[in-house]
Amino acid sequence: MVIVIKNNSNVPIYDQIKNQILDAIMSGEIKEGECLPSIRGLARDLKVSVITTTKAYNDLETAGYIFAVQGKGYYVSERSNEILYEKLLEEIESHFDQAILISKKAALKETDLIAILQNLLKQEER
Amino acid sequence: MLDITNLCKKYNGFELDHISFQLPKGFIMGLVGKNGAGKSTTIKSIMNMLDFQGEILVNGYDNIRCEKQVKQTVGVVVDQPFFPTIFTLEQVEKYAGAFYENWGKDAYYKLLSKFGRLPKKKVSELSRGMGVKLQLAVALSHKAKLLLLDEPTSGLDPVARDELMDILMEYIQDGENSVLFSTHISADLEKIADYVTVLSSGKLFYTGEKDILMEKYAIIKGNYKNVSGELEQNLIGTRKYGDSFEAMILKEKYTASDAFQTENAKIDDILIYAERSA
Repeated sequence: MVIVIKNNSNVPIYDQIKNQILDAIMSGEIKEGECLPSIRGLARDLKVSVITTTKAYNDLETAGYIFAVQGKGYYVSERSNEILYEKLLEEIESHFDQAILISKKAALKETDLIAILQNLLKQEER
Repeated sequence: MLDITNLCKKYNGFELDHISFQLPKGFIMGLVGKNGAGKSTTIKSIMNMLDFQGEILVNGYDNIRCEKQVKQTVGVVVDQPFFPTIFTLEQVEKYAGAFYENWGKDAYYKLLSKFGRLPKKKVSELSRGMGVKLQLAVALSHKAKLLLLDEPTSGLDPVARDELMDILMEYIQDGENSVLFSTHISADLEKIADYVTVLSSGKLFYTGEKDILMEKYAIIKGNYKNVSGELEQNLIGTRKYGDSFEAMILKEKYTASDAFQTENAKIDDILIYAERSA
């Protein structure tokens, strides 16, 4: 797993670590049951404070993506990528909700709204 | 690991005023403040090198009543290695080996070769960076639980500073050891320190998690005419120039307004504004 830190970013370092671990889970690069680097080892490798890596792991644990085994370390949870997938779906839905709300304000027809989406998808493909 | 309560010390024209802070086991704390803020006095007090009022516990032991135990537990890196300068590094080994109960001769020579030191060299021939490494080698070889470093990075080039950060991170890997280092180079601190204690003119300005400190204050700038009386009371270290001003403010005391520009205060900013208001 690749984790790189940008020191002069607006994104807090613990969020950067969290996001990159989530990316690795989603892409399947790290799999269910796989062991993560230790909190202190990761802090040493990234040259960040132990509190920072602890916070990243705690957040991931609270959200259910990873779990701790006393004295052994942190592991990727079963179904972690399903949980993440659900999360992402929810995020997509909430953004669509927003778009629908706005389209109503603009008195857009349903077909026009769908056309916008299709257009954006085409642009993305290119 | 380190527990300081109401540390006070008076010199001519200087006072360390009721300093209290705790450093838990397994973490790194940076001690910051401008020159003369009380950093070295704090570190010398922990080492019981000067008279002070208050209580200092190292690993639960009082540093005066249990001086022997504490000296065995603590490793020190100061400006000048405290070994006689005519000693060779081999003689340093014998000297330290006689003093420390948990001395590891092999560990010492291993570290020396890792640091690229020749045993026949004399202490007087060491550069500043090599002097720091020699003291680290001694501290790590007697299995010190608490490492105290007084301005270890001043006078070191960026590569040597980076190496030192690596050594400190390695040192706390097992979660049993702690580091207190004083510095005025905040870049080192902003990276690896878990906790920060800020001294300003002998007073405690902040002690706690570094990440919390770095989110705590903002620098605020704008037209001074727009500053209300209520806002003015909350400004720290205000500097005015023309119609403009800049100051520091606790984020919780400030509600965003288009009238002013704000940005996060870094540790350097916090030192500067805290000192200006002192």
